[in-house]
Amino acid sequence: MRKPLLVTLPLLAMAALLTGCGSDIVTFDSKGQIGIEQRDLIILSFALMLLVVIPAIFMTFWFGWKYRESNQEAEYRPNWSHSTKIEVVVWGVPCIIIAILAWVTYVTCHSLDPFKKIESDKPALEVQVIAQPYKWTFIYPEEGIATVNEVYMPVNRPVTFSITSDFSMNAFHIPQLGGMIYAMAGMRSQLNLIANEAGVFNGLSANYAGHGFSRMRFKAHAVSDEEYSAWVRQVKASAGKTLDPATYESLREYALQGVAEAHAADHHESLESAPVQYFPAVAPDLFKYVLDKYMAANHGDHAEHAKAEHAAHEANNAAAHAAAGGH
Amino acid sequence: MDMLLGKLSWAAIPTDPIVLVTMAAMALGGIAVFGALTYFKLWGYLWKEWFTTIDHKKIGIMYVIVSMIMLLRGFADAIMMRLQLALAAGGGEGYLHPQHYDQIFTAHGVIMIFFVAMGLVVALMNIVVPLQIGARDVAFPMLNNVSFWLFVAGAGFVMISLVLGEFAATGWLAYPPLSGIEFSPGVGVDYYIWALQISGLGTLLTGVNFFVTIMKMRAPGMTLMKMPIFTWTALCTAILIIAVFPVLTGTLAMLTADRYLGMHFFTNEAGGSPMLYINLIWTWGHPEVYILVLPAFGVFSEVVATFSRKPLFGYKSMVYATVSITVLSFLVWLHHFFTMGAGPSVNAFFGIMTMVIAIPTGVKIFSWLFTMYKGRIRFTVPMLWTMGFLVTFTIGGMTGVLLAVPPADFVVHNSLFLIAHFHNVIIGGVVFGMFAGLTYWFPKMFGFTLNETWGRRSFWFWLTGFYFAFMPLYVLGFMGMTRRLNTYNNPAWDPYLNVAFFGAVLIALGILCTLIQIAVSIRDRKQNADVTGDPWDGRTLEWATSSPAPYYNFAHTPHVHEIDAFWEDKQAGRAYRKPAGYAPIHMPKNRVEGIVLAFFISAFGFAMVWHIWWLAAGGLLASIATFIALTFNTDVDYHIQPDEVEKVENERYAQLENAKGRG
Repeated sequence: MRKPLLVTLPLLAMAALLTGCGSDIVTFDSKGQIGIEQRDLIILSFALMLLVVIPAIFMTFWFGWKYRESNQEAEYRPNWSHSTKIEVVVWGVPCIIIAILAWVTYVTCHSLDPFKKIESDKPALEVQVIAQPYKWTFIYPEEGIATVNEVYMPVNRPVTFSITSDFSMNAFHIPQLGGMIYAMAGMRSQLNLIANEAGVFNGLSANYAGHGFSRMRFKAHAVSDEEYSAWVRQVKASAGKTLDPATYESLREYALQGVAEAHAADHHESLESAPVQYFPAVAPDLFKYVLDKYMAANHGDHAEHAKAEHAAHEANNAAAHAAAGGH
Repeated sequence: MDMLLGKLSWAAIPTDPIVLVTMAAMALGGIAVFGALTYFKLWGYLWKEWFTTIDHKKIGIMYVIVSMIMLLRGFADAIMMRLQLALAAGGGEGYLHPQHYDQIFTAHGVIMIFFVAMGLVVALMNIVVPLQIGARDVAFPMLNNVSFWLFVAGAGFVMISLVLGEFAATGWLAYPPLSGIEFSPGVGVDYYIWALQISGLGTLLTGVNFFVTIMKMRAPGMTLMKMPIFTWTALCTAILIIAVFPVLTGTLAMLTADRYLGMHFFTNEAGGSPMLYINLIWTWGHPEVYILVLPAFGVFSEVVATFSRKPLFGYKSMVYATVSITVLSFLVWLHHFFTMGAGPSVNAFFGIMTMVIAIPTGVKIFSWLFTMYKGRIRFTVPMLWTMGFLVTFTIGGMTGVLLAVPPADFVVHNSLFLIAHFHNVIIGGVVFGMFAGLTYWFPKMFGFTLNETWGRRSFWFWLTGFYFAFMPLYVLGFMGMTRRLNTYNNPAWDPYLNVAFFGAVLIALGILCTLIQIAVSIRDRKQNADVTGDPWDGRTLEWATSSPAPYYNFAHTPHVHEIDAFWEDKQAGRAYRKPAGYAPIHMPKNRVEGIVLAFFISAFGFAMVWHIWWLAAGGLLASIATFIALTFNTDVDYHIQPDEVEKVENERYAQLENAKGRG
């Protein structure tokens, strides 16, 4: 049997690669509490499952080798096809393992709920995220600033990302900090993350959203409080316009032209990400404006009602689920 | 012109050099095949013996041929994607522009699921089920022919989109709002919709056909709990098809209404809910996974018992496991989008239900292992695929359960980890299963066995190729690489993507070995002839008749006493007994209506894609007229006379005597 060697070689190679360049395996080198807890959950789940998986794979090779036709010394029972003992074990053991894993799942679904605020002595920083074709707009309501394709966050301070989309469905994801959540038009989803170490992390859209989606990359910078303040001052001092609905729509219009042009056969747009942009000031309700573009339409003539309802949602964390899960 | 041709114009022909070369190759190949068929005057033969056939075995063989052609196309897409990502290393552009690349990954998914995996599953059900239950054909033979041609029409649409217009660039499930008219104004999504609607109708009819066949046409004595496991899995697959394909049809119909009539089921605006589509499409999509994999489980059950020379261990457990998987498959669809933002309790419910499926699946794995235990295992090619499956699928199952834990899924959702997982179960489960099944039942289809050496080569290339192609993708998932990217700027990903490309090359060699295997086997068909009809010392009824099976399958309907009916007959000395005489056999006649109906429905679909309204109306009316006309056709059956049966059967007994003499 050549199989054991041929199958295990790539597995061994994989193990070597995994350990060899650990820092590139961002899931196992998470820089935030959420990501670390998710990593531990992954390891625990694998460990539990390996209790069944390793014996199964081992038995495949062992039985295959021992009961090969040429081994006439091995016992042969041509009519044996039932054993209550074995049946109890093969149903029972997986049941026990899945029961444990189910309990772990139930607990972690609640403890690692992306909508759940992270406990900390510092108040969470609110960042509003809008997926646009094909870039990310970030609004900092506390600071009154906005950026395109760049996030700064202070180390050890929880961040609440409120996320929506102004076109197709996307997923907001900073792999080295933890999980992701979809960005959907007219919906406000939330992702609570924290960076416990300084660093620059890759961010991306983790849901295909059309031809420019590979470019929807941004950098997330986790920095000290001082550096964060300095960055905020820098944005405020920048020469950009105020990001009000008109400016915002002009950004979007430009991007949408790209979508339309892309359908002309010979048009090949740039494969680079949209450049980082700073806006020293933001219209106060811009995020709500983007949400309401779709929410208002949903309620027809009751646009005002929709706004009031939305304000009520914002007041209440639990209602945030309703906003994302169905409205 | 708009009235006449709708949106169709010269501009619909792509100018991309890669597509042009493909077009030229397809045209040359097409002309060569057409010319050869004309030169050798084969059109009449094909029409009479194959295109209009209602024989389940021939229909099965045609499904195999179409699926294998589509496998080549789907794999060409795959290796183009791998090459793109290997060439785009270091932040480069690669050689495919996003608009092209996006169509390729969409076409790859659609082709591999709908026109390769589904095609092969239906092929094996066609070839095996009536023989395994001792029936003469399926319950609705003409409907079976219709199903096949609708399947061909769907596959044809995907192929035509390559040279006329474009294919969807939305991903294989065409999530709105991206697939809506605002973001996908071209004909690509329309091709997608009509390809799936038309072939989906065929699949639904297949489901109905096999459900009735299995419920009503089993040989006397074959109670449900004495059915061969492959037939059990085919039954469960038929039930799943009947239950969920209408959901697919309805969902796509709503998307069609959005695109053609300006409605707002799934748009961002005016109260549309893209999330509704995602829920609906996975209500179909998850059971679809089991539609594909259950028959593969059935194949492994047959193969492992035959080549271990033992009955399947825990037959009852296997049946209960199959049925519970069938039921549970309806309760897990939300695990495809834990990241949509449902509450923690909803996510936990669907996560736990998903894990629960691992229990019956694990039981199946152990049942196969304990079938091998204390057996006499022959490592033929089908058995190798089974061994490869046991190891590979177990790994894929493990990563699947990991993805079922919602907070773990949050990190790797939509990443290459997911891609690695579902290829791990679909290649390791469905593809290996179908190859095992095709090798196993090949002599029953054609009367000779496949070449073992080239089969083994194919297996080892596929197996190692799979590990090289997909193990790096698991790592890339943990490195934060999401799916469907066509450029990237993370140099740490480069080496893994290169290894994955190498794996794809190994798989290409595996496919090449299969093609050589088929050619060599046809060349050596005399030496490898299966004269007994039972080349593997089989256990179930399909091995009781000759290879290839006569068009009436069995001269006398067999009587069943045990699960392994033919094995018991052989043990008791009842097998191969020459009957005292023969009775007339009632058989269905070949029908032209199936292919005609599919032709008109295709014309309708094509016209809908291009907004050629007169042709759409004409095609639809002609389809309905054909359907009504065929119900008036009463000349649908005949009786094979006993002397003709006797002649065929005597030849077989002479052949058996001859084989015994030589043996």
